[in-house]
Parts: sequence; C-alpha cells; structure tokens
Amino acid sequence: MADPALSRRQVLRGASLGAGALVLGLTVRGVSVVAATGAAPASAAFAPDAFIRLAGDGNVTLVMPQTEMGQGIYTALAMLIAEELDVALEAVKLEEAPADDALYGNPIFKVQATGGSTSVRGYWPVMRKAGASARAMLIAAAARQWHVPAAECRTEPGEVVHQPSGRRLAYAALAAQAAREPVPADPPLKSPETFRLIGHSQRRLDTAHKVDGSLRYGIDATPEGVRFASLACAPVVGGKVVRVDDRPAKALPGVQQVIVLDDMVAVVAETSWAAMRALAAMDITWNDGPNAALGTADLWADLEKASQAEAHVALDTGAAAKLSGDGVIEAHYALPLLAHAPMEPMNCTVHLTSGKCEVWVGTQVMTMTQRAAAQEAGLSPDQVTVHNHLIGGGFGRRLEVDGVRKAVRIAKHVDGPVKVVWSREEDVARAPYRSVYGAWLKARIANGKVEAWSHRVVGPSVVARWLPPAYDGKIDSDAVDGAAETPYDMPALLVDWVRHEPRGVYTAFWRGVGPNMNVFATESFVDRVAREAGQDPLAFRRNLIGKHQRARAVLDLAAEKAGWGTPLPAGAGRGINLQYVFGTYLCTVAEVVVAEDGTVAVKRLTTAVDCGSPVNPDGIVSQIQGGMVFGLSAALYGQITLANGRTQESNFHDYRVVRIDEMPQIEVHIVPSAEAPGGIGEPGTVTVQGALNNAIYAATGIQLSRMPVDPSLLSKSAWR
Amino acid sequence: MTTINVNGQQREVKVDAETPLLWVLRDDLGLTGTKFGCGIAQCGACTVHLDGAPVRSCQLPVGEIGNKPVTTIEAIGTTPAGARIQKAWLDLDVIQCGYCQSGQIMSAAALLASNPTPDDAAIDAAMAGNICRCGTYVRIREGIKEAARHG
Amino acid sequence: MKGTRKTIFLGAIAALAIAGGLAWWQVALPGPLAFAGGRQVDLATYRGRSPTGVPSELASADPLTKGRYLTEAADCQACHTAKGGKPFAGGRAFKLPFGTIYTPNITPDRETGIGAWSDAEFVRAVHKGIGRDGQRLYPAFPYASYAMLTDDDVLAIRRYLASLAPVRQANLPNTFSFPFNQRWLMAIWGALFNREPVFRPVADRDAQWNRGAYLVEAAGHCGECHTPRTLMQAMNTRQKFAGGAAEGWNAYNITGDQVSGIGAWSSDDLVSYLARGHAPQRGVASGPMAEVVALSTGRLTPSDVAAIAAYLRTIPSIRSSGLPAMAGPANPVASQGPTGNPHGKRVFEQACVSCHAWSGKGAVSPFQQLTGIRAVNDRTGTNVALMVLNGGGSAHSPGPYMPAFHAAYSDAEIAAVANYVTARFGTQASNLTAASVRELREQ
Repeated sequence: MADPALSRRQVLRGASLGAGALVLGLTVRGVSVVAATGAAPASAAFAPDAFIRLAGDGNVTLVMPQTEMGQGIYTALAMLIAEELDVALEAVKLEEAPADDALYGNPIFKVQATGGSTSVRGYWPVMRKAGASARAMLIAAAARQWHVPAAECRTEPGEVVHQPSGRRLAYAALAAQAAREPVPADPPLKSPETFRLIGHSQRRLDTAHKVDGSLRYGIDATPEGVRFASLACAPVVGGKVVRVDDRPAKALPGVQQVIVLDDMVAVVAETSWAAMRALAAMDITWNDGPNAALGTADLWADLEKASQAEAHVALDTGAAAKLSGDGVIEAHYALPLLAHAPMEPMNCTVHLTSGKCEVWVGTQVMTMTQRAAAQEAGLSPDQVTVHNHLIGGGFGRRLEVDGVRKAVRIAKHVDGPVKVVWSREEDVARAPYRSVYGAWLKARIANGKVEAWSHRVVGPSVVARWLPPAYDGKIDSDAVDGAAETPYDMPALLVDWVRHEPRGVYTAFWRGVGPNMNVFATESFVDRVAREAGQDPLAFRRNLIGKHQRARAVLDLAAEKAGWGTPLPAGAGRGINLQYVFGTYLCTVAEVVVAEDGTVAVKRLTTAVDCGSPVNPDGIVSQIQGGMVFGLSAALYGQITLANGRTQESNFHDYRVVRIDEMPQIEVHIVPSAEAPGGIGEPGTVTVQGALNNAIYAATGIQLSRMPVDPSLLSKSAWR
Repeated sequence: MTTINVNGQQREVKVDAETPLLWVLRDDLGLTGTKFGCGIAQCGACTVHLDGAPVRSCQLPVGEIGNKPVTTIEAIGTTPAGARIQKAWLDLDVIQCGYCQSGQIMSAAALLASNPTPDDAAIDAAMAGNICRCGTYVRIREGIKEAARHG
Repeated sequence: MKGTRKTIFLGAIAALAIAGGLAWWQVALPGPLAFAGGRQVDLATYRGRSPTGVPSELASADPLTKGRYLTEAADCQACHTAKGGKPFAGGRAFKLPFGTIYTPNITPDRETGIGAWSDAEFVRAVHKGIGRDGQRLYPAFPYASYAMLTDDDVLAIRRYLASLAPVRQANLPNTFSFPFNQRWLMAIWGALFNREPVFRPVADRDAQWNRGAYLVEAAGHCGECHTPRTLMQAMNTRQKFAGGAAEGWNAYNITGDQVSGIGAWSSDDLVSYLARGHAPQRGVASGPMAEVVALSTGRLTPSDVAAIAAYLRTIPSIRSSGLPAMAGPANPVASQGPTGNPHGKRVFEQACVSCHAWSGKGAVSPFQQLTGIRAVNDRTGTNVALMVLNGGGSAHSPGPYMPAFHAAYSDAEIAAVANYVTARFGTQASNLTAASVRELREQ
C-alpha cells in the first residue's frame, strides 16, 4: 500500500550545498509545515548554508540536524534560526536532515547524534549565526537594489525595511540576489533585548499531526509490499539457537517465513499479530552460553569487587590524606539496571535489493544507523538511504543501532521490504540497559564544615564504545560528570573512577546519563554529612557553595517556593537536590509522606532552574516536568533484574512506571539568565532520586543507599 | 472475512476472528494512528472507542466487535469532545513525543463525552490506564480541564 | 471414695469411647460413590458400556494414543513438570504444612526416571503408593484415587510414558522434618485411607454417569483438591466436593448447592468450563484449575467432558458458610464504589480497569468479567490475590490472558486491590493484609 508520508519525500540532491542544493528529508508535518510537493525552483532558492532554504515563493525551509523525539528540539532550533533570520515561526517549514556528519554533525559530538542535552548548547551559536548570515545577505541584497547603505536597513519578520525611506522588500523578492551576496564571516547577532522569539514561549511545531494520528513514526512506515516480522533474540547475552521446532508456527494462518539465525529467530507474516502469535507458538531451544547462571546478586558482587580495584583519578586536591583514621563518614550508593521502555517499541523497516538498502526508522543517530545498515548488508554507506522519523520516545535507547542491525540481518533473508517490530517483552528483556553503578564516598567534617571529600565512581564507559574519540582510556567524562564538578567548593576533593563493564548485559546511555549516579550519590551524601554535622540541609549547602553563585540562587528559590522549614506532620519530609550538570543549575525540593507500612507517596516537587538564556520557556518547563516523571518512575519502581542470565521483567505490569494518579504536584521556576544556554532534557530526570532520598531521610531517619525505593526498609518500626 | 464499522465505514477484513483489532487497524486497514505499546492492555496506547466506550484494541479480538461502531484517533476530531480535547492538547502544548497521545486523547475524549466536568478523581479513574513515558501527565490533566471549560 | 473411683472409671470409659468414636469417625469415611446409593458391582458384571479405558471416539486408536489419552485424563503432566521445566521430568515443588515435596521424574530415563521400573512396580506405585524399592510415597501423589484405575489403564499410561524421550534430571529431596520424614508412617496412612478397590460401577446408574464417576474419582482425582481434608489428611468424603485447597488456592465447592456450589450452572456451563476453561458469566479457570483444563479436561473428548458434567450434577448439595450468594451487577461509574480503600482503587484504576472495566463486566471480552465470579465472591479474597500475583494465560496467544503483577506491586498494594475488587464486585469485602499476601507469594 502507498505511504502518503513517503510520497511527499523530497529527493533533491545536489553535489554541493550551493544555491538550490536542497536536501533529502522527510517532511515534518506540523502546524507550520507546508507539505512539500517537490523542489523549489533551484534558480530562485537562497540556501546560504546547510540549514536555511528560502524559496522564490517566500517559503522558508529549515533543515533540522537533530532528531525530534518529544524534547521540542525542532521548535527550539527553529526559534534560534528564525530569530536571527527574522522570519515568523509560523512561516517556516521543517525538514529532517539527511545522513551527513560533515554538514549535520552535532557540534559537540561531531557526529549526527541527538542526546546528552547537547542540542541547544551546541547549536546556540551555530543556528544564530546561520540565521544572522542569511539576514545580513538579505539586507545586503536590498541595499544593493535600493542603492542605499546596508547600515540604513533593518529587518522585520520576512522583509527588509529601509529605515529612512520606509521602503520594504519581502525576503521572497530578495532571495535570488541574496544568494549572490558574499557570506559574511562575522554577521551581527541580535541583542537579546530585541528577541521576538528567544525567551518567549512558542507553540511546538511538531505536534499538529500528533493529535489526529496522521504523523507517521518509524513503526508506521509501510512501504509498498511490506511484510511484518517479529523476532526473538537469545534470552541470555551470548546465547545461541540450538534448534527450533517451527512446525506449530508454520501451521498458523498468515505465516510466510521462519528465519533462524545464530542468535535470533524471526517470523515473517502477513500481519504483525500473525508473526507474534507464531513466534509465541514456536519451540526454540537456546544454548545460554557463559552467562547462563548469572543473577542480579552477581552484578552487585562484581561491582563491590571492582570498587577495590585501581582507579583513575579525575580530580585530586589532596583529600586522601585527610580521609583515613577515626571520624571519617562513609557511605555507599548504587543504582540498578534500567530499561528505557520508550512508548514506541523498537522497530525498523528494511528493503534490501542488490546494491541498495532503504531503512525506515526513528533514530537519534542518523549516520551511525547508515553505517550499521551498510555493514550488515555488505554495502557502502552511500548505498544506504535512511528515512528518519520523529521518534516515539528515545531516552538513549535510539542512540543504539542494535535494532537496525537485527532488522537488516532479517531483511537479507526476505524478498521485499520487511518491518521488524519488537514485542514489548522483547523490547524490555533483550535490550541494552542503563548499567548498574556504584559510588563510595567519604568525608571528614571539622567545626561543622567539610574538610575533605572523596567520591569513587564504579561503572562502565558507554562513551568508550559509542564515541571512542571522546575517551582517553583513563577518564570517561560522563562517568564522573556531577561528581568531579559539583555546585560546591570542597576544600579538599578526590574523585576517581573504576571502569567496570557488567557481565551479561549490554549497557547504553539512559536519560540523565552519568549524573544520575553521581548527583544521587553526592546529594544523598551531602544530607548524610549535614546530619552528622547537626545542620539543616539547606544551610549546610549554602555554606558549601563558593564560586557557583548561580547554584545558590536556584537553591534559595526552590527552598522558598517549597516552604522549606515550615512544619510537616509525622511521616512527612522534605529533601533537597542541588546539581550543576549539562551546563544547567537546578534545585529540587521533594516533599514525601511515608506511611507506617513504608509506602512512599511523593506529594510535591518544587524546582528552580537556571539553564542560561531560556530559548523556549514553556518547552523548558515541559522538559523538566517530563524529565522528573521519568526520574520518578526510576526512583520508585525502576529495576531490571536477572536470574539465570535472563531478564525477569517483560512489560509494563512488571517494569512499572508512574501513572497520572500518583503524580505529585510539580512546580518549575525559571531563574532569568543571559548566560549561554545549558541543557534541559536530562536535568529533570537527574534531580529526582537525590531529592526523594533526602526527603525520605528527613521523614524517617533512614537513608536508602539504592534505588528504587524499597518500602520494606521503611516501615515505621525502623524509623530513627 | 469479517466486516467491521470503522470511522463510519464498513470495512471487510480477511483475518481470523482472534486477531486483535489493533493489528487489523494498523496492518490491514492502514490506520496507523492507533499505536502498539504493550500488547497486554497495560499502557493504553492502542485505545479506540467501541460504541463510544474506550477500549484497548490490543485485547479486542476482531470477532467480538459485531456491529458496534469503532472510532479511532483519525476520526475522533469529528466528535465534539474529541475536537475540544485536540484543541486543548495543542493550546497547552501537552504533547512531547506524541506516541502515547493517540490513546491519551481517545481516553480523554471518552471521559469528556460521558462526564462534561470531570474532577481530579474522575480524571485519575479514566486516565490511569494510559502510560506516558515523556511524563506529560501534568498537562494531560490541565488539558482535560481546559477542554471541559470550553464545553 | 468408691463412688469417686467409679466416676473416674466411668469417665475413663467415656473418654475412651469418645476418643474411639472420634478415631472411628476419622477413619471410617464413606467411599467415593457411597452418596449415590445403589449397588456397586465388579466391572466384569456391569452390564452397560465399560466406564474404564478410552471413550468410544478412540476405540480404534493405537495403544500409544490411548495411553496418552489416559495419561491426560489422569493429569500426570501438571504435577510431574517443574515450572518452566521439561514435561514429566518432575521437580515441581508442593509446599505442604510440614515441608516441601518435589515430584519425581517419570520419563523413561533409567537413572533418574522410571525407565528401569517393571510394570508391576509401576502398578504398585500407582495403586498402593509404594515406591520401587518399597518405600512409602506421600499421598500428595493421589494414589488413594488412582487405586480405582484398572490395571489395564495404568499399564496404558505406563506404555505412553515409556514412549517419551528420556530426560536425565535427578529428583530433588523433600524437606520434611520429623516426624513427617518417617516414610513408614505412610504405611499406616495407606492402610487406613487407601482402601478403595479398583473402580466398581453402580449397577443402577447409566453408562454415562459411571464413566463420569470413573473420570472424576479415579483418573481426574478431583476430590484431592475439591474435598476438604480430615485431621489425618484424608479426603473427608462426608463433605464430598464441598471445597478444599490446592497450592494456596481455594478449590471451590463443586457440589450441587445452588448458592455455594455449581448447582446453578447449566450442563453447558460445566462443559464449557472443563473444555475451554471459561464459562460465560461464571469465570475463567485459574491457578491450578487452569492447568487442569490445559493439560487434562481440555484434551478430553466431548463425550467424556459431558460424562464428567453429568456425574458432577448428581453430587449432593452442601452449603459452605464462606461462600455466599453472588453479588449482582456493579455500578459502572468509577466513583460509585467502595470508599475507604484509596490504595486499592488506585491499583485497580492503573492496572485492572482497562480490561475489567469499572462495571466489572469486562471491557471487551467475557473472559474479563469479575461480577458473578466465585473468587470475587469469596470473602477470603485468596484466589483474587493469587490471580493478581500470578496472572494466567499467554500474552501473544488467543484466549484469556492476565499479566502476573507480583514483581512490581507490593504486598500492601496487592492486598489493597484484592480487597477493593471483592468489595466492589463481590458480596463482602475481603480483609487481606500485606502479611497474608506475603504468605500467598510463598506458595
């Protein structure tokens, strides 16, 4: 059957990105998006760079190098360009960039990847400059036509105005001439007080077709003649297929093909249901391999053992000598394996023909996807076309290309396009996970003040595998992010890291990445030390803050808005989490009530955030609200466990997430700032565990050392 | 061969009666707005209306439908409650990734159609079966109340 | 003094008499078919079609097919297979008050299974509860019922088991403590309670009834779970089929009582339940009964299922005080329900309502109905809680399916939701606590 989304795909190739060289991309069908029907006339188009396309009819197309997965990046990046280009946001349409690291590599990663709260941070200067350059060229074109100095011209949305005479020219009329103007090396940027868009909440550009089901995600791709596959991967990492009895499966209606590979089995059928049902009916015998006996307890024991190994020092200002002998406060914190479980289950559609591979998928990593597909198909990357889609939840899961590789391996055995959709059980149980992490901290206090502080992190390096150039073999900056640099000035500090790759699981980035562990450990330990020092956690933090005065501002604001210090009933408590990660200062005060049986109810989360210049304030609020819910699910319920090498969780009934009826009241307060923007996708997730743990500590006198919250440790008889 | 009424049209589908409606909609009828999330009625992404009531299409065998009309996200905007919910969702920027929102909107529209002024408890009762991993719950609640105000 | 001594003497006599009477009462239990009255006769002299062996549909089947059929009728596989284990290789744990017993491997492996057993040894074990080397078997193995199977039928089962692929899987030791680890005591138990001879039909009942009796009493061993036990752990046939227990689940009253039992069920209801695990408006077979349907009654021929139904409908009524009449319909409006259990309501609205609906009628399928279901109208709430913990069915296969919620919901939450379900949809709210759910988890 025909795919309307695909029929609108523009295939406008150019050898270079000169005038008229538009790019291939899926048209995003949003409120402001005009469905593209073909190439804008090349002669009339003004395309000063990789991101801006001004057609002769005045249509402005912005090419989005980052993937939209709900974080609002299409809106934020479009705002940055539209602000400096000076066009109305309603007038732009957006296109997904093709796979091309040179043109669309994330300025921070140098690879076309969306993650780590880097998009606005990385593109803030790039997109503004792109817009400003184009605007300068449009002004130059107008000035040339009017024979006036460019300095006498300014812009209003979509047009150049000659100030003294009041003459106006629409951008559309200037496009052809603008394309012949030289590209300015250092175009003037708008001053922030003249911003019409940046700092003013704008409606999202990607949602109009999300309310009526017309937006097509990767899972909705249906190229002509597509067939449907369901797969079962080895339930234990390293396992292999021994034998398969496919007779019961083949006897079912709609089943077309059973594909048995060394580590997975797939059924191809007329519908996804027929494929899933047949797979369930199949008797597969696995050889579980070396991890056959692995259990969660083994992972914890390995972590503990690794903590004794030699560590790489990330930062040392002479704390070690002061942290031996009597009077040292010590604590250990740990986090479990977690699945991402995005609402859109993993999927990938592949059509492999000789010398050509087409891939339909939603991915956070366009070029990695292209290369992975090429490798599996035995092709070169330029023989692979990736049709990226808006993503139904990423959270780091779609920074991985395992699903693409598996789909291509299946497609090699299928004549025609095949859509591989993972069941939720497969998605939860046979996925790369957020690793187990451990932290071991020590501190000494004297006269109520911290004298020395050490923090050992034990965990994997996802960076080493995912972005090898970013790993120097000693310190993975993500692994110690939030431990080495904190909001505090410690008089003596030692932060080190033991790289430990857990057995029997693949590890991946997970929303909040390294700071999830490090901020949880740091902030829990701050409260622990404050209690030892006999001090209020708020006052204790204020005294620890030195050079990071922006941290003090968010701390004070959150505390004030949360009513810090006002009385609470027995069993209730408030806890602070203060953090400086991803370039953003953020403080959350959690308020909880612990019931006598240990059940924890989170009543309120009050957050103050300073993320530098806010681009889309409502988007920031939205990201923090959502990030906190994601963190809350992890803190209250999230854990993947293993027995006999197999993941025990399988779906939302046993891998539980927070629902609407247990939502705390959430307040987000943005602290105004003119600094460069910080990241906002991850900080909300990072902030929850520490705040929650400290609130429970305040309510019960019990500090948990591991997430998720275990109510059995919190029953009233244990309160201190 | 089974005939079902979807969005006001009689559709003939060649599947066995046990096939869940979800897959008939998505894979046979090309109505991909209804989403697969869990397959076990725990997430709500696949919610459609069966004779006006919200049901999880992943657990609804197509043979059980009979002549009851099915409404999906593609047509919910033609109902007054559905249109109000869609508008509120856009006005408040409820949506993030959007994948669960077909189901959220279907559940919310059914709630509003049966209860024009739902309180928090009624919203919980109607919406707690719909999971959102992006965590848009705060705005879903606000969106329902916003839509109710404009009823 | 004399009078006093006489009083003591008479008192002692009376005490002995009472003790003896109690002992007699404990031991002299009616036979399984005693309720029917009439004259029981030897199989050889019964004039109707033989109630034993395979049904007429399979009369011309090969011996292995017949053996498999009888193996299924006797439901050997359910108990002799560990959860997730290889069929018939044993290892399934049964937690009893005095310890845990593990079922043995009955595949033909010569070392760990029963490959080296003689036919006579096999028949003796099935009929008498005596192992190959003479040790006494615990009556968790239902030999008190199997004693009624004919030698031919036991040997047909034997032939089928011998045809299976041998599985090398050593038996696990039981964990019984003294005195229950004294196997010889089972000889006394057997002498007292394993006295039933090979099945003797009732002459004045028809062939269908007698076939049903053979399937229910001998092969199906229904009473082992559905009949309450005496102090001596014998089936209390005075309360025949009035309800017992199986692996922590309540095995409900299946007498003809209109209120507590299945007297109100039609024959079609019974047939549907036994053959497909579900009877409309009555409920879905769950827990151990789901296994019985999957591995045994669901595989029987229509004539045999009909025979079981016909026989069960003749069981005398017994009213169980804990099993009141079913509540009527529930209010479909969420807020119109029990108050005072907000945690239970929350879990219900999160995890249950999508399928079961606020009305309890089920959102889309008759499998999902909660109203009118015995478990929901059982004031202990035990089976509801166990169902929430363990779920049933398969997510990607047709038929009833419910997820198992044990991993992600706390004891307190599961107690709360079970109490909410019984309150909203049943006659009387259960009063489960976190502690009682913890015990159920351990079953």
